[in-house]
Amino acid sequence: MADDATLVAAPVVTDLASGQPMVKAEQVWKSFGRLDVLKGIDFEVMPQQTYVLLGPSGGGKSTLLRCINHLEKINAGRLWVAGELMGYRQRGAVLHEMKARDVAKQRSTIGMVFQRFNLFPHMTAIENVRESPIRVQGISRKQADKEAEELLRRVGLGEKLDTYPAQLSGGQQQRVAIARALAMKPKLMLFDEPTSALDPELVGEVLDVMKQLARDGMTMVVVTHEIGFAKEVADGVALMDGGVIVEKGPPQDVLVNPKEERTKVFLSKVLA
Amino acid sequence: MATAQGQSPSAGAGSPAPTDTRPEAIKAIPVRHWGRWISAVVVIYLVTALIYSFIKSPNVDWPVVGNYLFKPLVLRGVALTIELTFVCMVVGAVGGTILAVMRLSANPVLSWIAWVYIWFFRGTPVYVQIILWGNIGVLYSRFYAGLPFTGLSLGSTNTGVLVNHVIVVAILALGLNEAAYAAELVRAGIISVDAGQTEAASSLGMSPTLIMRRIVLPQAMRVIIPTMGNETISMLKTTSLLAVLGGGVELFGRLQIVYSQTFQIMPLLIVACMWYLAVTTVLTIGQIYLERYFGKGFGQKEAEAAEKRAGRRAARAHG
Repeated sequence: MADDATLVAAPVVTDLASGQPMVKAEQVWKSFGRLDVLKGIDFEVMPQQTYVLLGPSGGGKSTLLRCINHLEKINAGRLWVAGELMGYRQRGAVLHEMKARDVAKQRSTIGMVFQRFNLFPHMTAIENVRESPIRVQGISRKQADKEAEELLRRVGLGEKLDTYPAQLSGGQQQRVAIARALAMKPKLMLFDEPTSALDPELVGEVLDVMKQLARDGMTMVVVTHEIGFAKEVADGVALMDGGVIVEKGPPQDVLVNPKEERTKVFLSKVLA
Repeated sequence: MATAQGQSPSAGAGSPAPTDTRPEAIKAIPVRHWGRWISAVVVIYLVTALIYSFIKSPNVDWPVVGNYLFKPLVLRGVALTIELTFVCMVVGAVGGTILAVMRLSANPVLSWIAWVYIWFFRGTPVYVQIILWGNIGVLYSRFYAGLPFTGLSLGSTNTGVLVNHVIVVAILALGLNEAAYAAELVRAGIISVDAGQTEAASSLGMSPTLIMRRIVLPQAMRVIIPTMGNETISMLKTTSLLAVLGGGVELFGRLQIVYSQTFQIMPLLIVACMWYLAVTTVLTIGQIYLERYFGKGFGQKEAEAAEKRAGRRAARAHG
């Protein structure tokens, strides 16, 4: 991968000046049936920040991430991305559900990377990347091809443009998935355990791409178990357990000198 | 040093290359499967007896079979049977896909319409449906195009004129019936596509319609196509039920009319069976290739296509 190349063409700096958070969650509750998965989550991510969500499985990290782009509907509280309420329109004191088409429009500015890659298996790498810019943004095929090729080259897959996902390694597939999300020129990227399904020796190549993204000024919310990644690039860290944020703050505080007993126990187990 | 001695002999000093030490291939007397031989002889004996009795039967007039097998009347029937099968399968596949998408739709009205349709067409025998459509003129003697209850009408015609053609009844009865079954096959195919595909597409800002058309259906096809091949074979034989309408359009209908006049029932039924078997065999072979093509999914086909494209791209870059 070329180190000098940036993955983000033009970092979103306009929101930075306004001082408005990119993601703002206020008392977010989410339940599946009678099971409360999120119990009053408050947190903010400022533009160009990398925010890492840590914690044991079933703690609600992935659910929170999926609420941010409205793949899951929240039951209470409010969730804004770049100042826009996700999935609802507020008129006075009344909330109106958005149409599927409008939710899709909101999502198109938020990239998401999944644990299981979820590449489209019937499309080659370059077809995966260019599909949405052509069909959703209406970009010309020629332009989309050029941009997709450039993105794939920058994640180190310039040789794999015409390869189907099944013929790529897990690390390569995840890099295609990142390029696919970036092709929509998102203002926010969500990562749901992007390295958990990878063989240990392939984790590094995906984390490298993510670190590059963080350096380029992409706003990112990352669910991961990679404490090293959090220490190196995170601006903020939150430890979630039982549907609440147990402790949050800068990585030096949360990861090096945790205040909460729960955090200490979690870190000692993960780092052991 | 007992453990060292326990290791393979080739671990010893100066061991020669493994190819030199490869021992002689085993030559052993295989197990004799007497049971297989005996049962094969018995089966051959019985089958030969059956075929002999059939060929030599005074009740089967073989020259008549040969006489009718390639008659233009019969060949035309075979052609029409194949045509009807094709038309009904197209109606069924397109209708079934629409119904399956409706059934899975978040819109309760669409989902309910599809459910009732499938309930009706799967719940009544296709033979009854053929007779019902053939006699629809009894129920509605005139066919109007217009808005119900308003008196607005674009025109009308005698229903009898419309259903006079077997092809119309075939499309109505067999096509609409097939759509109900195909809907369930397509629905199973759609459900078989991993939910992560829809999530990934949603997160890329695709609308539900776009996701269905570009992401889910193309993947569902891999599951649907082989089963549709099976449905086609079934449809070929179901067209014989159209004989009940009289008029003799498809293969069996024509032969039925002939033997009802000549009473050469057995020879003509043999002609029918020979032709259905022949076409089914061709379709079965076709299905084997179709299954190989789609069942493999992500093997040779895609790899070859990718290689070709990479070659073209390289040629463009250098040219």
